Amino acid sequence: MSDMHSHLAFVRTEMLAQQEPPIKEKGIVKWARSNLFSNWVNSVLTIVALYVIVRLIFSAGPWFLNGIWDTSSLAQCREILDGARGACFSVLSERWQQLLFGIAYPSDQYWRPTLAFVLMLVAAAPVLFVALPRAMLIITGLFPFVAYWLLWGGTIMTSVFVLIGVVVGYLVFTKAERFGFVLGLVAGLIAAVVVWKIGGAITPAVDGIMVLEPVASRDMGGFMLNMMLGVVCISLSLPIGIMLALGRQSHMPIIKGISVVFIEFIRGVPLITLLFVASVVLAYFFPPETNMDLILRVIIMITMFSSAYIAEVIRGGLAALPKGQYEAADSLGLDYAQAMRLIILPQALKISIPGIVNVAVGLFKDTTLVSVISMFDLVGMIRGPILASTEWNGVYWELYGFAALLFFVTCYSISQYSQWLERQLRTDHR
Amino acid sequence: MTAYTDPPKESFQLSQLIHDTRYRSYTFQFIALVLLLFGLGYLTMNLITNLRVAGLSISYGFLGQPAGYDINQSLIEYNNQDSHLRASIVGVLNTLLVAFLGCITATILGVFAGVGRLSKNWLVAKLMSVYVESFRNVPVLIWILIISTIVTVMPAPRAYRGETPDAEMFLGIIAFTNRGIYVPKPLWLEGSWVVVTVFVLSVIGAFAYRAYAKKLLFSTGKLLPMGWPTLAILFVPAILVYFIMGRPIGVEIPELGGFNFSGGIAMQRPLIALWLALSVYTGAFIAENVRAGIQAINRGQTEAAASLGLRPGRIMSLVVLPQALRVIIPPVISQFLNLTKNSSLAIAVGYMDLTGTLGGITLNQTGRAIECVLLLMLFYLVISLGISAVMNTYNNRVKLKER
Repeated sequence: MSDMHSHLAFVRTEMLAQQEPPIKEKGIVKWARSNLFSNWVNSVLTIVALYVIVRLIFSAGPWFLNGIWDTSSLAQCREILDGARGACFSVLSERWQQLLFGIAYPSDQYWRPTLAFVLMLVAAAPVLFVALPRAMLIITGLFPFVAYWLLWGGTIMTSVFVLIGVVVGYLVFTKAERFGFVLGLVAGLIAAVVVWKIGGAITPAVDGIMVLEPVASRDMGGFMLNMMLGVVCISLSLPIGIMLALGRQSHMPIIKGISVVFIEFIRGVPLITLLFVASVVLAYFFPPETNMDLILRVIIMITMFSSAYIAEVIRGGLAALPKGQYEAADSLGLDYAQAMRLIILPQALKISIPGIVNVAVGLFKDTTLVSVISMFDLVGMIRGPILASTEWNGVYWELYGFAALLFFVTCYSISQYSQWLERQLRTDHR
Repeated sequence: MTAYTDPPKESFQLSQLIHDTRYRSYTFQFIALVLLLFGLGYLTMNLITNLRVAGLSISYGFLGQPAGYDINQSLIEYNNQDSHLRASIVGVLNTLLVAFLGCITATILGVFAGVGRLSKNWLVAKLMSVYVESFRNVPVLIWILIISTIVTVMPAPRAYRGETPDAEMFLGIIAFTNRGIYVPKPLWLEGSWVVVTVFVLSVIGAFAYRAYAKKLLFSTGKLLPMGWPTLAILFVPAILVYFIMGRPIGVEIPELGGFNFSGGIAMQRPLIALWLALSVYTGAFIAENVRAGIQAINRGQTEAAASLGLRPGRIMSLVVLPQALRVIIPPVISQFLNLTKNSSLAIAVGYMDLTGTLGGITLNQTGRAIECVLLLMLFYLVISLGISAVMNTYNNRVKLKER
């Protein structure tokens, strides 16, 4: 080897130290070259996009920074701004209670909806995250009763008796179930109704216990109303949706027919026509002496609406299960109710969770439509009392922006959760 | 207990209705039917009682009475002496108009945004994500109201007046004002039908040429040029005839006269607001469908096509798109359906669609709530079922033929 060296002019005998990559091939420059300017089309797109972003920042930036938070009317805002561009956020700082709780909810009772909201998060947590201790499900079970008491007020005994009725009904159901699922259901229902009747008779006697100032349904509004409608209607429509989906899958022509007609009818008409039904037509279909308030009628119609959509999602989940699952359940000798409860539905519901979440987000957004039938939800509050008042007539951007932001935060976090859950449930490791 | 005393028989026993799975379904269906009829009967009884108490009856006679209200935007002749029925028809046409316009623009927006979200350009992909997420997660009603507000800050018609106007017409032919948008209107002069006929014939001719070229390719393998001959067949004869006939199709450009623009086609502010809002909102959903459709195509398909020697354009048009469209089109059609149903929110910005005329003013004037809401639902139901029928036909046509 050494004599080879003498022939050659130069041979490197040791390794060169590792060098930095060229400036074009590393760090932010490389990233920009490959992601923003990889060819001329991309370069043009990048420049256009940058132009759009800069325009947006320059037009919205000063508006935000000049924002005024502490005046009592738009005229004062304009005075302070003196012709400069700027937002008048004082409408939010002055009217935020109305935007969140509606115009008539007693202001010294705002802690009640707030507490109900916090409790809702706690109650939803064990349902949403399997890792949490299962004991927390007790809170979930108690939540509807506590929330009703907190929001509507009155004596706690109403909620307590309803809860006792449900518990007794469930116990009777578990005892009577061995005589057949339907029989158990009927027995449980009867037991619950009996307890409720007794409770209704006793309540006036024990009235003074833990009484909160009662609040009428029509006094509820703002974002709270959107939340209430969304949560109540989705929770109610889940069981109805499951039943409709099973009915549509059924082999009995009459049951299937009823389900199909209901689902297709509801899915074929816009929600707003159903809300018209709630506001002007539905009262005709109840006995003359009943006096249902608008919220209840709206809840009925929205629940019907969302249960049709949820039924379709669950039907997709049922159809996605391999036929072997149904046959396996049959071969174990399970009857229909057992097969559905123990084998089919747990799997089908798991598959349809993302779809159900989508429906829930869509429904929550659609609760704003109640403003069209002059209920004062968040949008109704903005379009009605606030924009019509002399102080704030003309403050559009700040209010609509606030409403959009509230909905965006809620819906975006729900859909992020849904995507996270989808990744958790994905068992095929691709 | 009867089972002990009676010897087992093959004949039918009443208890089999509950215990025998062969007959149990009849029992359940019978119970369901009875409950349903009972429920419906109860509701009908209540309805009849309530109507009698209120001194009302169900009748559609009000449709013939004069409506007595004006409609700011109408595709057909209408004045306030016309009947409620005609007002409703104006509403139907307005619904169809905004749905049609909205579907076209939503598709264009959605395709751009969906493809943009898959772009290799980081900035474009992120911008499109922001667009899609912000529109998907905020109620459409809020977007309609926001865009309606944007339209009101456009210049007033008087800004276009004077020697040095504050605003200028876009390209000299389109005026954006806070009352609406004014666009040129085509004028059909004498002889224009010849041009139209020639153009229709050219369209047929273009299809015939493409069919012939395809047949030639499949039978002999000879590839005829496709792009420029199609364009030539489409436009050359029509343009020639247009000049030979002495330019029979003119354009009426909107002009400022008095306080407002006249001439041209006026698209009122509510229409613009609703159209734009529905387009961008539905566009965001369509973008997600397009993205999912393109991502659903296995990369192996593209690679296989490339290894066969196809050029990128042909890979897209012959391999990826036909498969992606199968995934994309059904959800997009149901988005069209959603857009049509969401157009009923027109009532929030004062656009007179069917919900605004029949379900709004007519209902309030006549107090015929049940009839109006029923007709309203029927209309949307017919549209929905029609679109579903189209979708099912399409699905059956493109279904993978498994052998």
